[in-house]
Amino acid sequence: MRIEAVNRAAESLGIRPGMPLAMASALCPDIKTDDADPRADRAALERLADWCGRYAPWTAADDDAGGPSAAGLWLDATGSAHLQGGEAALLADILRRLAGFGFAARAAIADTPGAAWAVAHFGTQTGSGVVPVGKTLETLLPLPVAGLRLAPVVIEGLSRMRLRQIGDLVGLPRGPLAVRFGKILLTRLDQAVGRIDEPISPRFPPPPLHVRLAFAEPIGRSEDIAAGLERLLAQITASMETAAQGARQLSFTLYRVDGSLARVEIGTSRPSRDKTHLARLFREKLDGLDSGFGIEAMTLAALVLDPLAPTQADLETTTPPEADLARLLDRLGNRLGETRVVRLVPTASHIPERASRPVAAAVASPARVEPVAAPKAETRPIRLLPWPEPIDVIAALPDEPPVAFRWRGDAHRIAHAEGPERIGAEWWREDTTALTAAADWIRDYFRLADETGRRFWVFRNGLYRSGATPRWFLHGLFA
Amino acid sequence: MARPIEFPRRGSRRFEPSSLDGLREQIRKLERGSARAVGLEAMSFGDPDIDAALPWGGLRRAAIHEILGSDGASWGFVAGTAARLAGDGGAILWCRRGEELYGPGLAAFGIDLKRLVVIRTRTATETLWAMEEGLRSSSLAVAIGETFTVPPIALRRLQLAAEAGGVTGLLLRPTATAAATSPALTRWKISAAPTMARARTAKGTSVWRIDLLRCRGGVPAAWIVEWCNEPTRGFRVVADLRDRSSLETVEPREIGGQRA
Repeated sequence: MRIEAVNRAAESLGIRPGMPLAMASALCPDIKTDDADPRADRAALERLADWCGRYAPWTAADDDAGGPSAAGLWLDATGSAHLQGGEAALLADILRRLAGFGFAARAAIADTPGAAWAVAHFGTQTGSGVVPVGKTLETLLPLPVAGLRLAPVVIEGLSRMRLRQIGDLVGLPRGPLAVRFGKILLTRLDQAVGRIDEPISPRFPPPPLHVRLAFAEPIGRSEDIAAGLERLLAQITASMETAAQGARQLSFTLYRVDGSLARVEIGTSRPSRDKTHLARLFREKLDGLDSGFGIEAMTLAALVLDPLAPTQADLETTTPPEADLARLLDRLGNRLGETRVVRLVPTASHIPERASRPVAAAVASPARVEPVAAPKAETRPIRLLPWPEPIDVIAALPDEPPVAFRWRGDAHRIAHAEGPERIGAEWWREDTTALTAAADWIRDYFRLADETGRRFWVFRNGLYRSGATPRWFLHGLFA
Repeated sequence: MARPIEFPRRGSRRFEPSSLDGLREQIRKLERGSARAVGLEAMSFGDPDIDAALPWGGLRRAAIHEILGSDGASWGFVAGTAARLAGDGGAILWCRRGEELYGPGLAAFGIDLKRLVVIRTRTATETLWAMEEGLRSSSLAVAIGETFTVPPIALRRLQLAAEAGGVTGLLLRPTATAAATSPALTRWKISAAPTMARARTAKGTSVWRIDLLRCRGGVPAAWIVEWCNEPTRGFRVVADLRDRSSLETVEPREIGGQRA
C-alpha cells in the first residue's frame, strides 16, 4: 500500500505521496489513513472546474496531474480578469474562496498554459503569480525542469546531465535533446514559451455568448434572482441584437456561497431574443430552485445561436399567430419536457401502430406533418390502444366476425360488424422480424358495434389452422 | 373679453352614448385581434336544431364547455367540435395523460393534423396548467383538456383564462366526477347511441346521443346526432329527444342519407 496524498502535518514529518505505508508508519506511528477514492477526487475536481465558471466560461480539470495533491484547474481568463479588477485580484479572489472551501491552492496567470502551470507549481511567490505579458521566457528560466510537466523518467535523466533549470535547456541544440529525451520535451518547452499552441479541451465547449453578474452580498430571495436574471437577459439580448442572432438554447447558472451550483437550461423552438419571453421560460424552472446559503454570482450563456433578422420591435405591436403559438409551445415544453409536446405525424405504413408517430413539436414543424397515402380515415379508430389487449371472443364460424366478446371485464354483444380488413407484415422492412416474432403475422381487423352503439376495432391474429387457435385482440375505439 | 368655452351638452351628437358603446364594441373586437373573434361569437354545429337550443345560436366561443363521457362517442364529439371551432386556420391544443390519441382517426373528424398539438401530461395538475396556458395565449382556436377530477377553483381559472385569451376550452371528463355546480357555460353528456337509431343511418358513420344537461340562459335538450362528412363536416340531428322519456319510443324524424 502506498501513500496517495498527504496533509500539511504529514508533509512536515517527511511523508510524501508515493511512499509505502509501512515507511510512513515508521516515520509517524499514529498515522491516520483513509482509502483513496480517485473517482470521487476526480468528481470533486470537476465540480470545482464548474464552479470556476463564475470567473470565466472556459474551464477544465487538469488531467495530467498525478494524484489529488497535484490536481489542477485550467481557466481561460482572456477577457475575464478585468471584471475582477485585474489579474492579480482575480487570482487572489479565486485563492481566497478556495481557501474558504478548505482547499490549499496556488495559482498563476501567464501568456501560455505551460508557463502558468510552471509558475503555479514551482514559482517562488508564496501564493500566486502573475507573469507579465511578454516576460514568459525570463520568468521560466530559473524554474526547475519539472515545471514543464514531464514524466519522472525524463526529469531524472535531465538531472543526471545536470540540466536542472528550464534555463539550462534553452541554449542547447534541439536535435540531440529530442533524440535523448523524446519529442515531448521540446514540445512542452515550445508550448511553455508560446512558440506553439497547446490545445486543452475545456470541460464544456465555451458558449458563443456569455454574461455574468456577481453580488457584493449573497442573495437568496427568488425576486432578487429573477431581477438578476433580467439584467443578464437584457445584456445578452442586446448582444444578440447587434449580431442579428437569436438564442435556441440558454443556460443560467447560479453559484452558491458553499461552492455548489445550480443550473437551469431552456430551449426555444425558433431563435428568440425577446427578453420577456425568455424570462418567462426561465421563470417556469426557477420555481423549485434551492438558493442554499445564498447566491454570490450568476452567469447566463447562450449555448446555441441562430441567425435572426433584426426587427423593429417598437412598431410591431402584434405578433403573428405562428410566433405566439411557438412561444406557447416553448413554455409548455420547457415546463413539461420537450418530448411531451408532440404533433401526430402521419407515416406511410399499413401497420396501424406505425401509421401515426408522435414527434416533438420542437422538431416537427407543421410543414413536416405531410399527409401520406393512407386508408380512409373513417376506417381508423379515434383512439388506438398502446398495445392490443387480448379479448375473449365468441365467433360463430372461424372466419366470421365475433358475435360477442369480453373486454376489461365487460361483455359486449355485437349488433353490427364490418370487415375483415387484412393487414399483413411489412416484409420489406428489416425490423419487421422484431415486431413479428410469431411465424404468421396476419391481422384481420373488424369494426364492431355493440348493442349500446359503442364501436370497437378488433383483430384476429393469424389464421385458423389445425391445432392452432388464433387469438383475438382489441386495438382501438371508434367514436 | 374672451367667450366662455362651450362644452357640448349631453345628448349632443359628439357624446352620443350609443355611438360610444359602438366604439367600445369595435375596440373590443379589435383587441381580440384575430379575424375569428370578429362577428363569430359562436360556433354553429351545422344543424339548426342544436344551434337554436343555445342562446348564442351555437357554441359560445371564448368560454369553457364541459363534456361528460368516457368512451369513443365523447372523443368523437370533442374532435368534431374542435375541428369546427378551429375552422380553416386555428390551432388545436389537446392536453391529456396517455398516448392513445390516434392521428388517422382524428382526421376523420376534420382535424387538420398540421394544426394539432398534443400535450402528453403526467398528472391532472399538469393537464389543467397546460390547458390554462393554452387558453390564455390567444394563439389557439381551441384548448382541450381531459382529466378525471377538476377542482372548482381550477375550473373557474380556466373560465377566466378563456375569457382573457379569447380561446374556447373543451373540458372532457368522466360522467361520474362532475360536480353539481360549475362555472362552465354549458355541460354536455355524450354517449354512444343504441343500434336502433344507428340502423337508420349509414353503417360507418358515428351516431351519438347528445344531452345538453345545462346551459346558462338556455334549457336542457337531447338529441340523437350523427356526424356527417358530406357535404360539410358537421353534426346532424337524427332524432329530437326533448319531449320523449325514453329512446325506445323515438321515431327518427328523418332517415339518414335521404334528407332532401
